[in-house]
Amino acid sequence: MSLTPSKMEEVLNKRTTETVEKKQQVEKVLIICARGTLEDVYAALIMANGALAEGKEAKMFFTFFGLDAINKEKSDHLHTATVGNPAFMRGMPTMIGGLPGFEALASHMMKKEMDKLDIPPVSEFLEMIEAGGGEIYACKLAADMFHLKKEDFAPEVKDIITVGQMYDLAEGEGVQIIFV
Amino acid sequence: MNQIMEALTINGVNIDLNEEGYFTNPSQWSREIAIELAKDANIELTDKHFEVLEFLRAKHNQEVQLTIRKVGKSGIVDIKQFYALFPGGPLKVSSKIAGIPKPVSCV
Repeated sequence: MSLTPSKMEEVLNKRTTETVEKKQQVEKVLIICARGTLEDVYAALIMANGALAEGKEAKMFFTFFGLDAINKEKSDHLHTATVGNPAFMRGMPTMIGGLPGFEALASHMMKKEMDKLDIPPVSEFLEMIEAGGGEIYACKLAADMFHLKKEDFAPEVKDIITVGQMYDLAEGEGVQIIFV
Repeated sequence: MNQIMEALTINGVNIDLNEEGYFTNPSQWSREIAIELAKDANIELTDKHFEVLEFLRAKHNQEVQLTIRKVGKSGIVDIKQFYALFPGGPLKVSSKIAGIPKPVSCV
């Protein structure tokens, strides 16, 4: 069967109306954070906290380098990548980004800007999320790989869980899983 | 945005609300009106609630952009208590009851 342009338009319009009718609210988010760079971790935290602020449920699962965000020693010292990040200071030669101390300087400046917007340090953000009823988990496999134990993580980390248990967190209706 | 969609009358006072139920004119607010609005959200206002509401209104008057974090640092409630006092999105719910516009912050 071939679709004429007008027929196609009709089909598309129909689908749009159906989508509108079936509008399902997001009621819960499961946010998986597998990255340890400043901007990725903040994206995950802001989305989780934002969900709670809207009256939705939020659960977070940190894995691989994302574990840095919940590591007591590292959470408030995350960096942003100045090398291999074409969006960072467009036009700047990559070699400059590799100079010693440059990444620390860039990260420091970024944190200063965030502070102006009332964006808290990572450790405080974790506290806020817990206070808002959010739940924070670490990935068992990654924790084993990096030789990390419960006591290495921020007190807000509820448990170290497997991927199967992570999916259990996403049970129910109106759930969205977001991967960072 | 601030188009008036609904005019409520509480205790003989007219209140203009936008399409999301936020006040378009914060000066129409009073404690009595807050009590009625809170009932809609199944909240019975205590002195603690009012302390928060007054704080929000004061900050709004000073044109400070409100965040949950700022309320948590107000010395009135911590963040956990704030969520407990105004369940279902504390800053949104409390702003509505405090008669101020919808908060626009992402944190």
